[in-house]
Amino acid sequence: MGHQILKTSRLKKLLDRAMPIILSLGVFLAVATVAGLIIDVVSSGWHRLSPGLLTNYASANPAEAGLRSAFLGTIYTVGLSAIICIPLSIATALYLTEFSGTGRLSSILRYNIANLAGVPSIIFGVVGLGFLVYGLGMGRSIIAGAFTLAILTLPLVTVTCIEAINTVPDDLRLGAYALGATKLQVAAHVLLPRALPMMLTGGILGISRAIGEAAPILVISGLLFIREDPVSLFDIFTVMPLQLFNWISRPQMAFRELASAGIIVLLLLLLGLNAAAIVLRHRLTRRLT
Amino acid sequence: MIAETVARSIRRRRQQNKIFTFLFMSSAMVATVTLVIIYATLIYESIGFFQHVNVFEFLTGVKWTPLFEEKNFGVLPIFNATLITSAIAIALAAPAGLASAIFLSEYASMNVRSVVKPVIETLAGIPTVVYGYFALYFLTPEFLRQIIPGLGIHNALATGLMIGVLILPIVASISDDALLAVPADLRFGAYALGARKIDVVMRIAVPAALSGIAASIILAFARAMGETMIAAIAGGFRPVLTSDVRQAMETMTAYIAQVATGDAPHGTVEYQSLFAVGLFLLIITALLNFVGLRVVKRWAIKY
Repeated sequence: MGHQILKTSRLKKLLDRAMPIILSLGVFLAVATVAGLIIDVVSSGWHRLSPGLLTNYASANPAEAGLRSAFLGTIYTVGLSAIICIPLSIATALYLTEFSGTGRLSSILRYNIANLAGVPSIIFGVVGLGFLVYGLGMGRSIIAGAFTLAILTLPLVTVTCIEAINTVPDDLRLGAYALGATKLQVAAHVLLPRALPMMLTGGILGISRAIGEAAPILVISGLLFIREDPVSLFDIFTVMPLQLFNWISRPQMAFRELASAGIIVLLLLLLGLNAAAIVLRHRLTRRLT
Repeated sequence: MIAETVARSIRRRRQQNKIFTFLFMSSAMVATVTLVIIYATLIYESIGFFQHVNVFEFLTGVKWTPLFEEKNFGVLPIFNATLITSAIAIALAAPAGLASAIFLSEYASMNVRSVVKPVIETLAGIPTVVYGYFALYFLTPEFLRQIIPGLGIHNALATGLMIGVLILPIVASISDDALLAVPADLRFGAYALGARKIDVVMRIAVPAALSGIAASIILAFARAMGETMIAAIAGGFRPVLTSDVRQAMETMTAYIAQVATGDAPHGTVEYQSLFAVGLFLLIITALLNFVGLRVVKRWAIKY
C-alpha cells in the first residue's frame, strides 16, 4: 500500500516536472512554423528580389513579371479603405463609450459589431459583388474593393478604438464634465488626444489585415491580368496577395520563385507597417505626456 | 450684451453637440446596417438560385457539378470538405493552442511571455495566401509526403493542418484570457492544501476556465470554416464526397474562389450559386459564433 502511493507519487512528480516541456511543444509548433515559413520563402525567393519586381507589370514571362499594378492596386484600395474605416471606427467608439450610455441600443450595436467580426471574409467579397459591384453599379472597381475592405476591418479597428478610450482615466473625463464641458468637448479635448496613439495603432492593424486579404478582393475583382496603372477610383484593379495567388497557382518553377520573392516583399511591407505602428505610438505617447 | 454673447455661444455649443451625436450614432449604426445588407443580399440572390434548384436537392445532393454541361447542385461534397478540413484544423489547433495558453499563463515568466505571445500572434497576421503557398510547396512535398505515401499534390490534410496553424492564435489568446481570469485565490487555496503545480493547473485552473476554452475552440472552428485562400491553393478544386484526406477536395469557400477566378456572368445560375453557398456558410458560422459568444459571456460574468 505505502509502496503503491510512493510509486504513483513518483510518477506524478516526474509528470509535474515534465509539464512545462510538454506544454511548450504547442509554442514550439508556432515558432517552428513561422521560422520554417520564413526560411523556405527566403531561400527560394531571395535571388529573385530586384527593383524590377516592383516596377514591372504582370507578364506571362516569369523573368519580366512584376508586381507593379498589384502594388499600386493595394495602395489605392487599402489607402482608401483606411480613409473610410478609421474615422468611422473612431466615431463609433466615441459614440459607444461616451454618447450612447449603456442602454439597449448601445448593447445591440456592440453585439452586432462582434457579429460582423465573425462573418467570414469571403462573404464580404460575395456581398460586395452582389451589392456594390452590381447592385449599386460600382463595377469591379477600386472603390468597390475599398468599401468592402473598410467594412471588413471595421470591427477590428473599432474594438481597438474602444479599448483606447477606456484607457483614459475617468478622473480627467469627470473633471472636464464638472467644469461644464459638453460631451463633444470631452471627446475632442480629453479623450481623443490621449487615445489617438492607440487608435492609430489599431488603424495600422486594420491596414495590415486589409493588405493581406485576398479572398474578398478575388471575388470582387476577379483574377485579372492588368498591365496598366490605375488612374481613377472606378478602374479595374488587382492587389498584391491576388497576384501572388496567381503566381502560386502556376505550375512552372520560375513562377514559384517569383511568388516567394513577392511574399518576401509582402511580409516586409507588413513588418514595416507594424514597426511604424510601434514607433508612432511611442512618439505620440511621449509628446503627450 | 455679454449675456447675449454667452447665450449664443451656449446655443451654438448645444447645436454642435447635437450634430455630432447624430454623426457618431450614424457611424455606430454602420455595422448593424451592414449585417442587414449582408443577409438581404445573400437571401435575395439565393431566392433566384432556388427558383432553378430545389432546396431539398441542394441540401441533400451528393453531386456538385455547377461548371459542367450537366449541372448538379448538391452541396454535400463541398460542405463535407469544409467540415473535414476544419476538423483537421481544430484537431491541431485545439491541443497546441491550449498547451500554449496554459504554458503562457501558468508557467512562463514575464520575460518569456513577452517574447512568445507576440510570436504566436504573428501567426494570425500572416496573409493566408502565404500559408497556402507554404502548404502547397513545403508542407505537402517536403514533409507530409515523406510520411504518407499516396498523398496528392492538393490534399485535405495539408490544407487542414495549415488552417490549424492559422487558427492556433485564436485558441491560444482566448484560452489565455480565460485562464488569467481565474482568481489567484483558487490556486493559492490548492497550494495551501499541498497540491503540486500540475494539480493546480489541471484540476483547478483549467476546469475553472473551461467555458472560455470551449468558446475559443468554437470560435476558432467557425474561423476555420470560413478560410478561403489556403483551401483554394492547397485543397484543390475537386468537389468529391470522400473522407480520404490524402485527396484533393473542394471546400465551400474554395468553390466561391473558383467561380470568382473564372467568369460567372451576372445573373446566371453559377453566379447565383455563390450567394446560396455563401448564405449556407454564413448561417453555419453565425450559429457557431452565437454559441461561442454566449459561452464567452457566461464565463465573463462568473468571477
